[in-house]
Amino acid sequence: MAQVPMDYGLALAAALFVLGLAGVIVRRNVIFILLSIEIMMNASGLAFIVAGSRWRQPDGQLMFIFILTMAAVEVSLGLALVLRLYHRLKTLDIDRADRMRG
Amino acid sequence: MGAIFYISAAVAVAATVGVITRYNAVHALLYLIVSLLAISLIFYILGAPLAAALEAIIYAGAIMVLFIFVIMILNLGPQAVRRERSWLKPRMWVGPAALALILAGELVYLLESGPAGAQAGTASVGPEPVGATLFGPYLLGVELASLLLLAGLVGAFHLGRRETGEETAGEQEIQTGVAKAEGAAVEEPGAALGGE
Amino acid sequence: MFGLLFLIPLIPFAGFAVLALGGRGLSPRGLAAVGAGSVGLSALLSLVIGADFLLAPPPGHVYSQTLWTWMRVGGFAPGISFYLDALSLVMILVISVVSFLIHLYSTSFMTGEEGYRRFFAYMNLFVGSMLTLVLADNLVLLYLGWEGVGLCSYLLIGFWYKDPVNGRAARKAFIVTRVGDTAMAIALFLLFTSLGTLRIPDLLRLAALHWQAGSGVAVAAALLLLGGAVGKSAQLPLQTWLPDAMAGPTPVSALIHAATMVTAGVYLIARTNEIFILAPDVRLLVGAVGAVTLLLAGFSALTQHDIKRVLAYSTISQIGYMFLALGVGAWSAAIFHFMTHAFFKALLFLGAGVVIQGLGQEHDLFRMGGLRKELPVAFWTFLIGSASLSALPLITAGFYSKDLILWDAWSSRSGSPWLWAAGIAGAFLTSVYTFRMVFLTFFGRRRGEKVSKKPGMSMHVPLVALAVLSIIGGFIELPGVPVLSNFLGHALPALAQAGSAGMELVFELIAAAASLGGIYVAYHFFLRRPERAEALAESAGGRLLHRWWFAGWGFDWIYGKAIVAPYALFARVAGREAFDLVSTGLAGLAAAINRLLARSQTGRVRWYAGAIAAGAIIILALVATS
Repeated sequence: MAQVPMDYGLALAAALFVLGLAGVIVRRNVIFILLSIEIMMNASGLAFIVAGSRWRQPDGQLMFIFILTMAAVEVSLGLALVLRLYHRLKTLDIDRADRMRG
Repeated sequence: MGAIFYISAAVAVAATVGVITRYNAVHALLYLIVSLLAISLIFYILGAPLAAALEAIIYAGAIMVLFIFVIMILNLGPQAVRRERSWLKPRMWVGPAALALILAGELVYLLESGPAGAQAGTASVGPEPVGATLFGPYLLGVELASLLLLAGLVGAFHLGRRETGEETAGEQEIQTGVAKAEGAAVEEPGAALGGE
Repeated sequence: MFGLLFLIPLIPFAGFAVLALGGRGLSPRGLAAVGAGSVGLSALLSLVIGADFLLAPPPGHVYSQTLWTWMRVGGFAPGISFYLDALSLVMILVISVVSFLIHLYSTSFMTGEEGYRRFFAYMNLFVGSMLTLVLADNLVLLYLGWEGVGLCSYLLIGFWYKDPVNGRAARKAFIVTRVGDTAMAIALFLLFTSLGTLRIPDLLRLAALHWQAGSGVAVAAALLLLGGAVGKSAQLPLQTWLPDAMAGPTPVSALIHAATMVTAGVYLIARTNEIFILAPDVRLLVGAVGAVTLLLAGFSALTQHDIKRVLAYSTISQIGYMFLALGVGAWSAAIFHFMTHAFFKALLFLGAGVVIQGLGQEHDLFRMGGLRKELPVAFWTFLIGSASLSALPLITAGFYSKDLILWDAWSSRSGSPWLWAAGIAGAFLTSVYTFRMVFLTFFGRRRGEKVSKKPGMSMHVPLVALAVLSIIGGFIELPGVPVLSNFLGHALPALAQAGSAGMELVFELIAAAASLGGIYVAYHFFLRRPERAEALAESAGGRLLHRWWFAGWGFDWIYGKAIVAPYALFARVAGREAFDLVSTGLAGLAAAINRLLARSQTGRVRWYAGAIAAGAIIILALVATS
């Protein structure tokens, strides 16, 4: 086990999170958006682990397990919806789904 | 040992950058898997072996595989790559990059302004304490998680169902729907939803 | 007998009430009977009371009758009171007799019109108001009658309301006279606040007592009264409504716009003579207005080709003569001319009505011609009326009255040679345009249709009666035998004159020459050599003058540009309800902000994600800086 300043761990989590956010905003293909969301969730999981490791308690890993569970469910439902969307719009361009405009 | 953290961190960040900049979906996916494995290593270094294992098994092993399946189903070919290329002009990056950088800066600032000097990774917390805590104080969370999984199961099953009769009729509506959407201005959301 | 005085205006009002409320059940004969009969009764009563007045005059030659007190406010208590003196007696005699003859004519003229009942109701209301006006003892009751005749004028000009042109003419008449009426109302306010009463005899007495000659208040009151008179009598500058008022039925034009209503201004000035005597400059202005108007209208009459418009301008011109007389202090002469004018002008209008109806609503002189064989009665009576209008010497009433005015204009202490010159020129012009009208209508070859409708007895009788009056009406005031002036001297101040009988004869000869000369000119240019007239009209100068005089010297155009257009613009701007901007502006602002903000709802997921990111940035910034 190596000793790492907590700040660096959290900084890494922040960096990954921000990269995921940029990916969500910039990409038009819905698959990539889902991937970027996964990145963000992973980053927040990292933050929990770092915190749990700092306090030497299992709670961090526990939260990580919950996040993992949620990510799994979200991905499965999300991809099912992507398939549905693809059937409807015949395209994966998320900008086409703008009926809520105005 | 500490060096491994920094190397893995670099790999993770580089791979993540790769994920969001690739044109080909499968490539991006593979980069993401690399990133996840790097993070899994980081978990281990920080004394969370259970998390490391779970990250590799479930996140990289199951979730990403699910992604691969869907991408295969969608059968995105070279034209998808061309389309992505056309969508990702450098000019597009300016806004999101700015937002990302500002947000990152703020987060780092807030981190720095807190009490300094805490160390992580000083001890290893194995699966046993995790399990005990999970089915102890966090028992309700476990139940909720199982409910969530059930909901996901039912939802995925329902959404993935193929109904032949409705589907073809739905297909025709799609044609007109797409034509109208591609046509011009805003449609009546109410009428469109009623049509579906 | 004097006690029945109040019935004279009351009976026509009763006739109006019967026709308006219960007339629906009456047959046309019944309607005619009520309509003409009420005025006839009034005329009869006037004659009886007149005879009584002449044979057994009341003390001071004045009879006053109060029905009740109208209102009592502070020190102001006018009554519904009638005042009979020489002046008002002459007025009611002329008004009621001429009105009756016109009503009789109308029973036949207006048959078949769908507004038959309405016509007679309005006419009766008018006669009642006019009689109230001249019999009023105080200025408030006079103003009531004044407004009443104005209202009836509006109603009757716009009688055929389905055509918007008639409505416009009616509105124009009402609005232009309103300007004068407002001046008159202010005059009443001024008189009351200055002298404390509006009862006419008291008013005049107090004015003579308290006001200095030429003082500001006297000038102001006189000017304002003149304003009211000018409006009602269609003199400069408010004369523009009368030619357009010819849109009404011909009996209306005869009664209201020739014989009676338009002379209300003359009556007003004659009645309040003391106030004008106390403001000599204004009295001179009265004369000047009369002189200028009579010339302007005379030139305009020369160019018209609608027979009724010729007569309308002629009326304006002749009332100018009456104003001229009032201006030089010849009060009785003005009233005398009013009387003869009522006879011959009503006659001319009724005759024109016969021609118009006979040719199927044809008004254009140049489409008439040669009618003297086909409408003999109309021709002879029209000729007599025209002769009287042109003041044909010795045998017509018009000669005596116009001549008297011309002589008084020269010889009066407040007279002036300029006024006389204007009068003589006007007399010449009058003859020309009058006989132009006669020759174009009744002589020459026929240019238009054949006569389709010949008049019956109830139209011939008034024509003949008025023709007779147009001849013998003048004999009550001969030079040297001034019966009428003596009679009116009981009510009106006498004229201060300087001139001998010999001079008077000379002036009469000059006037006669003017009249005959005008007839000859008309004969030459319109009967013998009409091409000469056309050549004159076609010449460059002639065409310009013709257009200018035809449009009434451009007064309508001036008023349109200077008064109507700015007011219409103001109405449009104000009509946009600027003050509503307070509420509509807020609503519009809210809607605009809504539209602006709605642009952030693009419906795109990535945009929303970006918005969330931006929000997170802001919140973190707040946290970081607090």
